Amino acid sequence: MTRAFLALLRRDLLLAFRRRTELLLPVMFALVVVSLFPLGIGPDPALLGRIAPGVIWIAGLLATVISLENLFRSDFEDGTMEQYVISGHPLTLIALAKTLAHWLVAGLPLVLMSPLLSIWMNLPTSSMGVMMVSLALATPILSFIGAIGAALTVSLHRGGQLLSLLVFPLYVPVLIVATGGIMAAADGLPYSAFMGLLLAGLIASITLAPFATAAALKISLS
Amino acid sequence: MLAVSQITLERHFQPVFAPVNFALARGALLVVTGANGCGKTTLIRLLAGILTPTSGSVHSTARGLAYIGHALALKDDLSVLENTLFVRDFHGLGNDSVAELIARAGLQRVAHQAARTLSAGQRKRCALIRLMAIPAELWLLDEPYSNLDDEGIALLDELLVEHLARAGSCVLASHGRHRPSTGNCREVRLISGVTGT
Repeated sequence: MTRAFLALLRRDLLLAFRRRTELLLPVMFALVVVSLFPLGIGPDPALLGRIAPGVIWIAGLLATVISLENLFRSDFEDGTMEQYVISGHPLTLIALAKTLAHWLVAGLPLVLMSPLLSIWMNLPTSSMGVMMVSLALATPILSFIGAIGAALTVSLHRGGQLLSLLVFPLYVPVLIVATGGIMAAADGLPYSAFMGLLLAGLIASITLAPFATAAALKISLS
Repeated sequence: MLAVSQITLERHFQPVFAPVNFALARGALLVVTGANGCGKTTLIRLLAGILTPTSGSVHSTARGLAYIGHALALKDDLSVLENTLFVRDFHGLGNDSVAELIARAGLQRVAHQAARTLSAGQRKRCALIRLMAIPAELWLLDEPYSNLDDEGIALLDELLVEHLARAGSCVLASHGRHRPSTGNCREVRLISGVTGT
């Protein structure tokens, strides 16, 4: 079972690197969105620093959602999904492997890129670390929640639009807690409760979301 | 190995085919024939557990299942070798030699080519590798002969005869006339709405 899990993870990562444009699109998208803000509202350092947590986080949310649509789409269209079902491996495990691969490709680059984005947006250096930690804890939550939506909409034509309507409301608590934590850090207030909440959300989504994703995939197939 | 009683599937409140009954022993082959649109693919997908029957039951004692449908489950961006590696590690036991599997399918010349560059027949052969790599007792094949050349057909027949000799079973949907040369072969003819043997 571990071998199947690793084989799937390896293949999905390999596929991601074969389709470079798909791989780079979310990251480039986030970069472009963030870099447009100083152009749009003027280069006032104090103002930019104030809105930085929200801007970077929203760019991250949008970038995650545009990459979610393809999470199960190609497997569904080329018959691989049917092979998952007949393989006898739990669909939950398969959902976990695919979501993890999605995070490594779409979420992790955002985490690594966040110091650069923070500097662009003049985020106070004191809260730069918190920004990175909040992204590291919460981008997997985005992938896991998003995977449920992606699995539900995979059999629909033009499911992408519905997918964003479906998952954005679920992302709202994550956005509030994450940006709240970063702003608290910027103001010199304690932020560990925010990070604790994100960690709890992460654990809950890793343990529960794959089951929901598996159930949604099963519905989409029939 | 496989007992099917009174299964039907309804689409838009209309049964796709009338209730189907059959039992499949070890080492037996069942060929499902019928006109286009009579529900052969639906029946195979029901047996595979991809679809859930509206009524009736499928009881299987088979250890392991191999299914080849119309969608061949090949990744276009990966080479034949990488596709085979995944099949071996994900579905199989992980100890077959990938080179041997590819050679048996007659694809050694294109092993490093991306699957998108293969012809329809070569893609089918690449999918047939799954039959060699998965230790499955029950094979469910949906139109396995389509797109294959004479050599490919011979390969599939050979695999089938070996599989049946190992006490494996197979349900094969086909609208063509070709049948593998094996003694233990029965036919079920699906006529949309009605079945007859």
